[in-house]
Amino acid sequence: MYDLVTGPFAWVAFGTFVIGMIVKLVSLIILARKKDKVVFDHLDLGWSIRSIFYWLIPFGSRGMRQKPVFTIISFAFHVCLLTTPIFLLSHNILWDEKWHITWWTVSERTADYMTLILIGSAIFLVIRRIVSPEVRIVTTAYDYILIAIATAPFITGYLAYHQWFDYKTILIIHIISGEVMLIAIPFTKLSHMVIFFLSRSHIGSEFGQRRGSKTW
Amino acid sequence: MDDVDVDTEFIKETLKALKGARFKAWLQICAHCGLCADSCLFYLAHDKDPKYMPSYKVAKTLGKLYKRKGKVDRGTLEEMAEILYGNCTLCRRCAMYCPFGIDIAIMMSAARIICCSQGLAPDGLKATIENVIKTGNQMGMSTEDFIETCEWMAEETEEDLPGLQIPIDKDGAEMMYTVNAREPQFYPQDIAEAAMIFHVAGEDWTLPSVGWDCTNLAMFAGDTKTMAKQVKLVYDAAERLGVKKIGITECGHAYRACRFEGPYWLGFPGGEPPVPVVHSVELFARYVREGRIKIDPAKRVTEPVTYQDPCNISRSGGLAEEARYLVNALCTDFREMEPNREHNHCCGGGGGYMPMGPRFKKRRLESGRIKAEQIRETGAKIVIVPCHNCFDQIRDLDKEYDLGVKVVHFKTLISQMMIIPDDMKPNQQAS
Repeated sequence: MYDLVTGPFAWVAFGTFVIGMIVKLVSLIILARKKDKVVFDHLDLGWSIRSIFYWLIPFGSRGMRQKPVFTIISFAFHVCLLTTPIFLLSHNILWDEKWHITWWTVSERTADYMTLILIGSAIFLVIRRIVSPEVRIVTTAYDYILIAIATAPFITGYLAYHQWFDYKTILIIHIISGEVMLIAIPFTKLSHMVIFFLSRSHIGSEFGQRRGSKTW
Repeated sequence: MDDVDVDTEFIKETLKALKGARFKAWLQICAHCGLCADSCLFYLAHDKDPKYMPSYKVAKTLGKLYKRKGKVDRGTLEEMAEILYGNCTLCRRCAMYCPFGIDIAIMMSAARIICCSQGLAPDGLKATIENVIKTGNQMGMSTEDFIETCEWMAEETEEDLPGLQIPIDKDGAEMMYTVNAREPQFYPQDIAEAAMIFHVAGEDWTLPSVGWDCTNLAMFAGDTKTMAKQVKLVYDAAERLGVKKIGITECGHAYRACRFEGPYWLGFPGGEPPVPVVHSVELFARYVREGRIKIDPAKRVTEPVTYQDPCNISRSGGLAEEARYLVNALCTDFREMEPNREHNHCCGGGGGYMPMGPRFKKRRLESGRIKAEQIRETGAKIVIVPCHNCFDQIRDLDKEYDLGVKVVHFKTLISQMMIIPDDMKPNQQAS
């Protein structure tokens, strides 16, 4: 089972993620070329980069400065989500064994804290969805499923690292949950990890190049 | 499910035509994070009632239309129309607070197109559309009446500025000036003040006898045919007269329609109008900067003044700094509202709210509470605003919230405070 999930399943997951995102991006760009003339008339590199930059750094935009708690927690969530799996020692060992590639790693203790930060911020996001009326009113079951998909690999990873419950079973569940997340990205709202850059380029240029106003 | 009063096929076709990459991506990636809520004046003015938050409003209108593939009955469309016209002024502020930069107001506009096609635009807006179809201007004024009003205003101002003319249809003029139809109808003085400024600045200008109304309430109603028709009247007039630029009166949405959106409705390449379009704020700032208009320092306003950034001039027009240059030239005690510039709140009368009719008045004044509080905070006695919608709304807010402010356009102040060169003065002419 372990060989299956780290072998063919992993290939399918990475393949779906990469090819799915490429197909998604290309089809969006083709559709924009056909139906959104306004996008390409005004697309501007400088305005795009600034529009992305000010929303990628903490407190870069006025909106973020007005919501300091949410800003800190959502940044913690996203940073840990993206970096923990990439710089985790055991992942690197795995990739080294399988594909002979490795890069920098963070210490196991740091990774442990990052995992806890991620789980903690996910809990905050869930609670916020329940208690804030303006978030609750737009929240659907789908939103909770996505948080679950994104958080499951971390919860199971934490359990596996600390060898709670049956290590082998947990490990396999952990790997599958990671693969589920990768596969889900192109088909769900999680695709914002890439589409964010397109939509921000557009809005930055639409207000900036076309009209001369900032969007941050 | 088929409803006799609803053209489902048309709605389906329109939804399909509208769904490009932007709508597709926006509807797909909205993470329901709720960050747009606090950007919205309706949400704030209704004590954070979540029903007014932008993303919810889209979900209940355009989102629902797509979800149901256009199959909605009349009752549902009527509910949508209430949200689309009554709970949003299309100010586009939420686009600046969405981490993904989702342009919610553009989606609200698209849903207005659907409602308008089924006859659900508010009566006040419908009336202006009928007027445009009949006469080419939203007030339904005849060409004769318009020309007469201009002649009357030229006569009125001649006492102060001998030789002042309001040229109609002057071929080859440098600039064709266009007005908001409310001016000849209700505020003819506005035309006189602009004429005085142009006269003193030595501008080579003209008004067209047809295509003089630069407003575009069909844009807010969602009537695609009429919005294109009206902006085409303006462009055609400019091309017929062979002018080098089109001047827009102190009106926000007119500038947006003629400068930015009109070219797309008519298919001009690059989204640029056939003749360059300049707003009064830009024009007046240029006159002052170039010394063509000199402000009498003794006449500068010393009372506290604040400036209302109209959405379609600052956020969607990029003229926030030009306006401040002018304000500072005219006043000694300028106080910014907070927030300001592209982050400023709509006055609550935008997006066609102002002319929608009495049924919407109470809601309009409620939604204007945020603006009223903003103005009160500054302690200003005068609000300068280069937009007719904001102008009328803030005057209503002044009464409703007892603000004790005077609302003025730039041209009123400039025409009163500019130095009239000696050779233009009446006594000099007589001697």
